[in-house]
Amino acid sequence: MKRTVFLDVEALPHHAFGSRSPMWWGTVAFMVIEGAMFAMLVATYVYLRGAENVWPPPGFAPPSLLWGSLNTAILLASLWPNHKVHKAVEELDVSATRRWMLVGDLFAVMFLAVRVLELGGLNVRWDSNAYGSIVWLVMGFHTFHLLTDAVETLVLTGMMYTIPSERRMVDVSDDTLYWNFVVLVWLPLYVVVYWLPRWL
Amino acid sequence: MNPPERDEPSGRRAREVVRRDEPHRPAAEERRLLAATWGRRPGLWGWLTSTSHQEIGRRYIVTALVFFVLAGIGALLMRLQLARPENGLLGPDLYNQVFTLHGTTMMFLFAVPVMEGFAIYLVPMMLGTRNVAFPRLNAFGYWLYLLAGSFLWGASLLGIAPDAGWFSYVPLAGPEFSPGKRADVWAQLINLTEISALIVAVEVIVTTFKQRAAGMSLDRIPLYVWSVLVMSFMVVFAMPAVMLSGVFLALDRLVATHFFNPFEGGDALLWQHLFWFFGHPEVYIIFVPALGFVSSIVAAFTRRPVFGYPAMVLALVATGFISFGLWVHHMFTTGLPQLGESFFTAASLLIAVPTGVQIFCWIATLATGRPRFGVPLLFVLGFVATFVLGGLTGVMLASVPLDLQVHDTFFVVAHFHYVLIGGAVFPLFGAIYYWFPKAFGRRLSERLGRWQFGLLLVGFNLTFFPMHQLGFDGMPRRVYTYLPGRGWENLNLLATVGAMVIGLSVLLFAANVMRSLRRGEPAGHDPWAADTLEWALPSPPPVYGPLHLPVVVGRNGLWEPGAGTTFVTGLDPHAREVLVTNFLDADPELRETLPGDSPWPLVSAVVVAATFVGAMFTPWAPVIGSVPLFFALLAWAMPEKEEREEAREQERQRQAGAATP
Repeated sequence: MKRTVFLDVEALPHHAFGSRSPMWWGTVAFMVIEGAMFAMLVATYVYLRGAENVWPPPGFAPPSLLWGSLNTAILLASLWPNHKVHKAVEELDVSATRRWMLVGDLFAVMFLAVRVLELGGLNVRWDSNAYGSIVWLVMGFHTFHLLTDAVETLVLTGMMYTIPSERRMVDVSDDTLYWNFVVLVWLPLYVVVYWLPRWL
Repeated sequence: MNPPERDEPSGRRAREVVRRDEPHRPAAEERRLLAATWGRRPGLWGWLTSTSHQEIGRRYIVTALVFFVLAGIGALLMRLQLARPENGLLGPDLYNQVFTLHGTTMMFLFAVPVMEGFAIYLVPMMLGTRNVAFPRLNAFGYWLYLLAGSFLWGASLLGIAPDAGWFSYVPLAGPEFSPGKRADVWAQLINLTEISALIVAVEVIVTTFKQRAAGMSLDRIPLYVWSVLVMSFMVVFAMPAVMLSGVFLALDRLVATHFFNPFEGGDALLWQHLFWFFGHPEVYIIFVPALGFVSSIVAAFTRRPVFGYPAMVLALVATGFISFGLWVHHMFTTGLPQLGESFFTAASLLIAVPTGVQIFCWIATLATGRPRFGVPLLFVLGFVATFVLGGLTGVMLASVPLDLQVHDTFFVVAHFHYVLIGGAVFPLFGAIYYWFPKAFGRRLSERLGRWQFGLLLVGFNLTFFPMHQLGFDGMPRRVYTYLPGRGWENLNLLATVGAMVIGLSVLLFAANVMRSLRRGEPAGHDPWAADTLEWALPSPPPVYGPLHLPVVVGRNGLWEPGAGTTFVTGLDPHAREVLVTNFLDADPELRETLPGDSPWPLVSAVVVAATFVGAMFTPWAPVIGSVPLFFALLAWAMPEKEEREEAREQERQRQAGAATP
């Protein structure tokens, strides 16, 4: 008869932040998937550019720089409260987490509002030509990410006020990671949408 | 205040795990508690809300097999139509719908989902855990898939089946040449099934990375798990391309964007690039998990580990990478620059190398083991023979001059059926014979199995071998009829007879399953004396998986000396706790509680599917759909009662900690 031995794992913690948490890996996996989509959107943009002699096509001005650049600044600035949330939540500091999440929510409202103005200044319609189609899809796809990230953060803010369990704090931590992704992925898109038509 | 978890010295984890001679509870009590915690609620409600990976995996497989039969009936109809020249069974319009349905269903609703279903069913058991990492998301993925498939076939019954082929090329599928809703049905089907595929991929990746049995370091995971891991990574990078092209197509048709309209700066070839950037890896997404079946079966039936584990793993990974460099060989006739064509020819030849490595490793295993020629191994041998033939014609098609001659002929039809049926369906049947005893506690009949194998092998070759010659004789694919006197009659008739034999083989399989479910020979834990961990579980396995999670001591699972002597105790059987281990070495790290059963994944899937269907008609569908979706997801994520108590308890601890600095 073989002697049986048991490893007692009762003392292990229930939650952890960062790459020790399965949720972190799930978030990263979805970031990779969406990153691949953004990369293919950019590839499509460049591909369609190759089919035209003039870019943007004659009669269309490049997107207006003002709102796009302002929103880029807002998005970059939002990394700061996001970072504070990340730090606070991993220190299990509930009150600081709540405070900074509110600041983050404020930023979310701001960049969504400016995004609406941005869409008004693209100087092309999606059904004008293929250039317009791809510009609108890049903007639309990123706006969709801004929107879902904002809604998720709002819901998590609510949860931090009502049931700040450690499990939800792990969610908040992963949400800050996702927020970073949504902001950082914008930088190449900003260059593509606003500057490529001026350079190419 | 508690110090942050991540700053703890890494050595501390190991000290928290202690050895003891006894589990926390007697086995009978543990079993009772686990069954109560992991069991689903009774009746239909329990069925609709279940998040068990066994349940969801079985549903994927059964649903996919139903679609296999439906698409197979479509194939028989086409063969009947082509049995003689100028036949009047199917008219041109119906024929277009049938071949599109056949291809679309086989690729998107059968081949990929059946492989995913096996992964969802087997991976947690092989890793020695109780469920996948995100059980509710898993259920959501299945419901989306089921709704998507039902939508396609429901639309077909209404006469709006897509009719532009399974790759739905523009401009044919664009707004100008495909008015009506048929192409939209195709586009939305693709978007829904790809979401489901991506979900399975994430489940497999995270479960494999974080929920392996203690001690199962990355170099000890079974070859089957490696194969589905590689498949999952391919899904992650390939599916976005087809989703994007599906979105472009839907937008071109709905809101008059111009992605594929050459008159407004669009480009029809953009479709082909995006589609085949997905479409070629897709073939390997189907084929790579089948390689995992083959490795499992070969090991069990030769009673030795597969020869060359590192070579096998590297070959799988290499196949995954190279498969992304082949897509242009589907586009050799589109007039791309010659340098580009040469590159893709080279890559297409290159991918034969890792496949060859694996085939030689299996041959070495067979040669040095003691093979038992049970039905699963017969299917594996059938796979090797047929797939090698398909591989040879693949190497032929990779060369541009030959491809230009036979492009869009029956030669191509012959080639990809050899690759897909040989490469995936043969191993799949082997896998069903192999794991059926685990899932249902009874073995399938060996005698019927041998007949089924024989009929499939003969029927398959009768059907598809003549198509090589038909292709050389110039018969194009996707024609609903042909004129007499072209010399195509006899070979077509032969192919039709072969298709009937395949149908007979599938009927025999269905009969075998029906019979064995009730009267099959009881299987016991491990009818094949195999090595992977699922064979240590009772058959059928209890809903919670292993009673005590196993600790792994080597690469060969149950065949290792010392296997089955060390287990994990200390997980709370009152909650759905699983052991989370670290990425490389699988050292115990956390005990995490998985969420319970829930109706909200189903509700969310219904809302998403309705939104996609609505988007065929109005661009406002996503806006309208997002409102119920928001509430469904909110309900999905709402904490359960235990978590509220947990939160209050943690709050008290934090305040107590703050009071005593």
